[in-house]
Amino acid sequence: MRILLLAFLATLILAFISLFVGVSDVSLPALLSGTADLRATEIFFISRVPRTLALMLAGASMAIAGLVMQMVVRNRFVEPSTAGTSESAALGFLVVTLLAPEWPLMAKMAVSALFALGGTALFLRILRAVPLRDVLLVPLVGIMLGGVIGAVSAFIAYRTNLMASLLAWNMGDFSGVLRGRYELLWLGLAGGILAYIAADRFTVAGMGKDFTTNLGLNYKRVMVLGLVIVSVVSAVVLVSVGSIPFLGLIVPNLVSLVVGDNMRRTVPWVAVGGAGFVLACDIVGRLIRFPYEIPIAVVMGVVGSAVFLYLLLRTPRHAS
Amino acid sequence: MIITSDISKSYGESTVVDGVSLSLPKGGITSIIGPNGAGKSTLLSMVSRLMAMDKGSVTVDGLDVSKTPGDVLARRLSILRQDNHMTARLTVHDLVSFGRYPYSKGRLNADDKVHIDEAIGYLDLTALSGRFLDELSGGQRQRAFVAMVLCQDTDYVLLDEPLNNLDMKHAMGMMKLLQRAASELGKTVVLVLHDINFASWYSDHIVAMKHGKVAAQGPVGEMIKPDVLSSIYEMDIAVHEIAGQRISVYYG
Repeated sequence: MRILLLAFLATLILAFISLFVGVSDVSLPALLSGTADLRATEIFFISRVPRTLALMLAGASMAIAGLVMQMVVRNRFVEPSTAGTSESAALGFLVVTLLAPEWPLMAKMAVSALFALGGTALFLRILRAVPLRDVLLVPLVGIMLGGVIGAVSAFIAYRTNLMASLLAWNMGDFSGVLRGRYELLWLGLAGGILAYIAADRFTVAGMGKDFTTNLGLNYKRVMVLGLVIVSVVSAVVLVSVGSIPFLGLIVPNLVSLVVGDNMRRTVPWVAVGGAGFVLACDIVGRLIRFPYEIPIAVVMGVVGSAVFLYLLLRTPRHAS
Repeated sequence: MIITSDISKSYGESTVVDGVSLSLPKGGITSIIGPNGAGKSTLLSMVSRLMAMDKGSVTVDGLDVSKTPGDVLARRLSILRQDNHMTARLTVHDLVSFGRYPYSKGRLNADDKVHIDEAIGYLDLTALSGRFLDELSGGQRQRAFVAMVLCQDTDYVLLDEPLNNLDMKHAMGMMKLLQRAASELGKTVVLVLHDINFASWYSDHIVAMKHGKVAAQGPVGEMIKPDVLSSIYEMDIAVHEIAGQRISVYYG
């Protein structure tokens, strides 16, 4: 509990740093004393605060989505980007952008979430047809499925001159976050809270179908609830800032090593860890070639694959 | 009382359980024995609604298992299958606590906590209660699963090969514990067992299956006899009386 509090404080400090990193000069004393010029105040409230909030919301909800997915699929290495979910969300967003460009963002997000749900269901259907029990083959199947769906999206985008948009959706980046363009992410947080409320069900589902039935829960219903949460969070994040790879995989796995898998206990950890990790990666991306920026997806990809490799290499002991 | 009426299950061409009608008495220990592939585990899975049956019906104290709501049944009947592969990293205490889920839905009250500590104590796991399941030996893990099922505190406890992974001492301890659960707490215990001597020593009632059908059933005295066992297992089995119990000898 004390460590969790420390982690929370560390995340707050990162958030504070994130507020004051940028090309424009915004200083805290000036803001507090009211001597800051109008431009600095505006930048602070229109760009910096929304960006920091967006980072924390997206980080926490994406990490929780990964956790939920790992519980319901019962595999440590699945998350929205290794199960075809993110790619399906992108396809859905592309399709709705083409067919109904005048729809409000919320409706487009809903279509994207539906596609994400369908893609994930397809992933699970394929898993059922291929009775493989190897821990690593499951995410491989997901990555392949994601590749196929991504190819369909690329084909459509290429034909319709939307390649640039598609690239932006697939490459998470917070530099474009402004007030009025990130609020959908609060819906992701709602998904995270729902996951916390239903945490015990997901833990039971993580014990397997037989255990779940024995304890009187409807396994299918828990699965569907979990996948709906995962799909909505993935779609919300994709539509607002673009997909963030690896996040949902790394954070829950690191948390599991320390605190285990009882979701009632791990959700707060995963939320704080996800927010902190995204903040850190974004700050690095902003500083590394200041005053220019590197998209967070790139930083996350580099850090994430290193941690992923570490997790893979220690798998034989852990996953048996 | 558990009553199965004409239940069957097939996988493709092969019929695993073929029209079994049984009534298992309330109270005591009932063991289901029989050769590999006789359909014992499948029968237990259908009785406990883990597996849907192709035809027939099962009632537990008058409740139809395929129609009764899952959480109602979960307070009457618990089931533990063999080969429980758990990917979730839980501590022993967490796992056993989930046995209270049908009652508490995740919010444990004082009564739940008493049950949890009792179940952990029964299976001699107090010292291990904070350990993660993946840090335990196969036998310790098996005991933790049984503790969870006992913590569920149901009238009927169904266990598929509960002695798997247990050494002699713990296998004996497990059977004694189940005997105590039956006599002191009035539970009805139904087991699938491979070792016919364990079945003979500790059961009240034995059901023998062969080729998906019930080959014979009855009290231990009628079942553990050379002619009955030899025809079930298709091998020579001698039965000796030792310390007032029937022990089979089949080591050629």
